[in-house]
Amino acid sequence: MIVAITGVVLIAFVIGHLLGNLQIFLGPDWVNSYAEHLRALGPLLWAIRIFLLVNLLLHIFYTISLAIENRRARPVHYRKRDYVKATFASRYMAMSGLIVLAFILYHLAHFTVRVTDPRFLLLKADPLNRYDVYSMMVYGFQNIFVSAFYVLGMFLLALHLSHGTSSFFQSLGLNDEKLAPRLAVAGRLLAWLIFVGYTSIPVAVLLHLVKPAQQI
Amino acid sequence: MRFKLKVWRQKDPKAKGKLVEYEAIGVSPNTSFLEMLDVVNEGLVARGEEPIAFDSDCREGICGTCSLTINGEAHGPDHPGAACEVYMRRFKDGATIVVEPFRAKPFPLIKDLVVDRSALDRIVQAGGFVAARAGSAPEANSTLIPKHRADRAMEAAACIGCGACAAACPNASAMLFTAAKVSHLAFLPQGQPERTSRVLKMVTAMDAEGFGNCTNTYECEAVCPAEISASLIAKLNREYVIASLRRNAGE
Repeated sequence: MIVAITGVVLIAFVIGHLLGNLQIFLGPDWVNSYAEHLRALGPLLWAIRIFLLVNLLLHIFYTISLAIENRRARPVHYRKRDYVKATFASRYMAMSGLIVLAFILYHLAHFTVRVTDPRFLLLKADPLNRYDVYSMMVYGFQNIFVSAFYVLGMFLLALHLSHGTSSFFQSLGLNDEKLAPRLAVAGRLLAWLIFVGYTSIPVAVLLHLVKPAQQI
Repeated sequence: MRFKLKVWRQKDPKAKGKLVEYEAIGVSPNTSFLEMLDVVNEGLVARGEEPIAFDSDCREGICGTCSLTINGEAHGPDHPGAACEVYMRRFKDGATIVVEPFRAKPFPLIKDLVVDRSALDRIVQAGGFVAARAGSAPEANSTLIPKHRADRAMEAAACIGCGACAAACPNASAMLFTAAKVSHLAFLPQGQPERTSRVLKMVTAMDAEGFGNCTNTYECEAVCPAEISASLIAKLNREYVIASLRRNAGE
């Protein structure tokens, strides 16, 4: 239950974050002013960050203990195992989750703390004296390896959510025979829409459809 | 038809088990899987070897006694249906077939393919019944139950308690079994007085047996010979949340 509730908070964050990111297609002014607004929240921003962090930690703690209990429930494994209905996504939630966690840590170091790319220090403020988030994103994604890891991270996140989204309704008992298959389809659709949305940014950068606003 | 069998052989609960190869020759396509094992056993007995131990009773899919994992699927490839309803025509001639017991920690192995599933009985003993003595069958129209409700209750009550749900679950969870047993009484007026305590007691008993947790893979409903729907697990979750709230509110 805690896993389901914290999960839905994290899904809401992932959608909100995506909407923020997609503003890159509206030009530097949009993204930079959006980032400035977020920073202007001050203590509220930190409250949101701490809330999300607690959510994430609870989600990880309970799922890991769940996975350990589940492994203990079958000490002798099948020599041959076939699945009739269980999807790949549903069977490898722990694996996809842990790789997404590794991605999140890198992602924070990359774009939030900005310790992995020395070029970000050379970025000048934009004409309105705001941090040039737009150019940071573009320069960040111009590195093919950074973009590749990003796309991989988003792929596993989508895989994770393709099972997790409809799982939320099942775990809290918020469905029935008619609703369950529809929720399963809707959950998968949402997950892969999120994937398309996020990956569109590095793809656009690599195809030079989005160019940096300043030279460094 | 002829088949190569790889059967799990284990002398007793403590012994180390392994897959042993056997040949099944001259098998009629219309032989049931269990009859094929009977024939193999006759051959073993004739050679003075220990026959393969496996569970079976009605052999028509209604008792829930047979418990084989055939080629990695609980009850074999013919869903929905029990292992006793699988016919050899379902396999390719010359195929290799792996036969293992139902594997879960709460199902301790007794011998070869026979496991002890009394953990499921203990879940039912924790509350899967109506405690009041009801006497003989009452007049049919004295308690009115809408057809839809009666049907839902009947669908849940179809569970034969074979344990395939737990055997097939990647987490060895018995949620589908418990969900069926909780639901069929929750749908009916006779089950209402104990509705709150029943779900709490049965879920506690289920966890105490050491079954895993449900992660919504729905492998259980795919192998269930009684076609119990995993939406009953959502119902179980709902019943459990409501019962917990009621208990905490002091009811």
